[in-house]
Amino acid sequence: MMEAIIAGLGGLVIGFKLLFVNWQSLIMLGVGGVLLYLGIKKDCEPLLLVPIGFGCILVNIPMSDVMLKDGFIRVIYDAGVDTELFPLLIFIGIGAMTDFGPVLAQPYTFLLGAAGQFGIFLTLLLALYLGFPKLDAVSIGVIGACDGPTAIYVTSKYAPHLLGAVAVAAYSYMALVPVIQPPIMRALTSEKERKTAMKFTAKPVSKTTKLLFPLVITIVGGCIAPKGLPLLATIMLGNLMKESGCVARLTGAAENEIANVVTLFLGLSIGATMAGPAFIRQETLIVLGLGFLAICLDTVCGVIFAKGLYIITGGKVNPLIGAAGISAFPMAARVVAKEGNKFNKKSYLLMHAMGANAGGQIGSVIAAAVMLSVLAGMGVIR
Amino acid sequence: MEMSNFTFGVTMLVAGMGGTLVTLGILSLMMAGLGKLFPYKEDEGKED
Repeated sequence: MMEAIIAGLGGLVIGFKLLFVNWQSLIMLGVGGVLLYLGIKKDCEPLLLVPIGFGCILVNIPMSDVMLKDGFIRVIYDAGVDTELFPLLIFIGIGAMTDFGPVLAQPYTFLLGAAGQFGIFLTLLLALYLGFPKLDAVSIGVIGACDGPTAIYVTSKYAPHLLGAVAVAAYSYMALVPVIQPPIMRALTSEKERKTAMKFTAKPVSKTTKLLFPLVITIVGGCIAPKGLPLLATIMLGNLMKESGCVARLTGAAENEIANVVTLFLGLSIGATMAGPAFIRQETLIVLGLGFLAICLDTVCGVIFAKGLYIITGGKVNPLIGAAGISAFPMAARVVAKEGNKFNKKSYLLMHAMGANAGGQIGSVIAAAVMLSVLAGMGVIR
Repeated sequence: MEMSNFTFGVTMLVAGMGGTLVTLGILSLMMAGLGKLFPYKEDEGKED
């Protein structure tokens, strides 16, 4: 009988024993803790990093069955990540939350949103050079979209084994935009350029234009890049609901209840892809490094493009606004406005930067859509 | 025949980035056109 009791009690400590055998899981428990710390104490994208960190801890507990067949996170993962449903549902919420008025008031800022996507393609080239397979390189490059749902959508479809690293990189670096961008902006511009004051003379946008905007983007963008139609359509559906003003309940649900529930499920599912043996690899560190580089390159190319506009317009465009042409909305615009204000107290860059930032939001989705359609055109994907 | 990584990368850069720039350029022109076709009227603000 004593033996049976000892064997029974032994079952209670086997998890601890395995913890020290599986050193990768032990490290990942620490990584989960760091993600929780960043979310809770440092306020870095807490809505995502808290569930991701917790999911990471759950999957790394020895003998955890949350990601095995019929495990509770596996069920959520299969239903929403594997099917690419969650990023799309989040996009409806983002569309419902975003005011595209500033970019509609100054349509030229769409181009700044395009320049901010160069990092995607340059990083893709670098990933290929480092020996990553084609679709892995595409998924790594898309971190440069600075857009979590877009990165998750593309990666879950074409490189699901990189999902944890890509998602963590996308959301962590987005939160670090106020740290990453200012040194690059200062390094690439002269003091004279940074002091450029810009007037905001754009007229308000009519209701009809705001209503037609999501329809035009969906139809024209969908015709050019049909493979990315789900991305375009969902963000524009959310925006159409917001601008129509006649479905306040649906708009409210999209930007609150639906977005919140899906964010929780998405975060948990992504965290649960970070199992130690699969995550602790040289490849993961390279992905994180390339993701960082992608966001730096976006900023570099955006500022250089805006410097071109500065020259063309005879010094009327402040090159700093080029850094706002990424998807981290409205954080990048605020960073630009703050940076501009440091050098010229009379410089009111916020509305121009908001235009570029809203352009970057559309630009990142268009870039991903175009990329998928080019891949389909080349026969790399179906 | 399997496409080389170099060809793939350059194609993605040219067609992908070029496609993005052209698409956003077209959309920018269309939005500017819509703004001219349907200008803001002062009474819209009152309706809101």
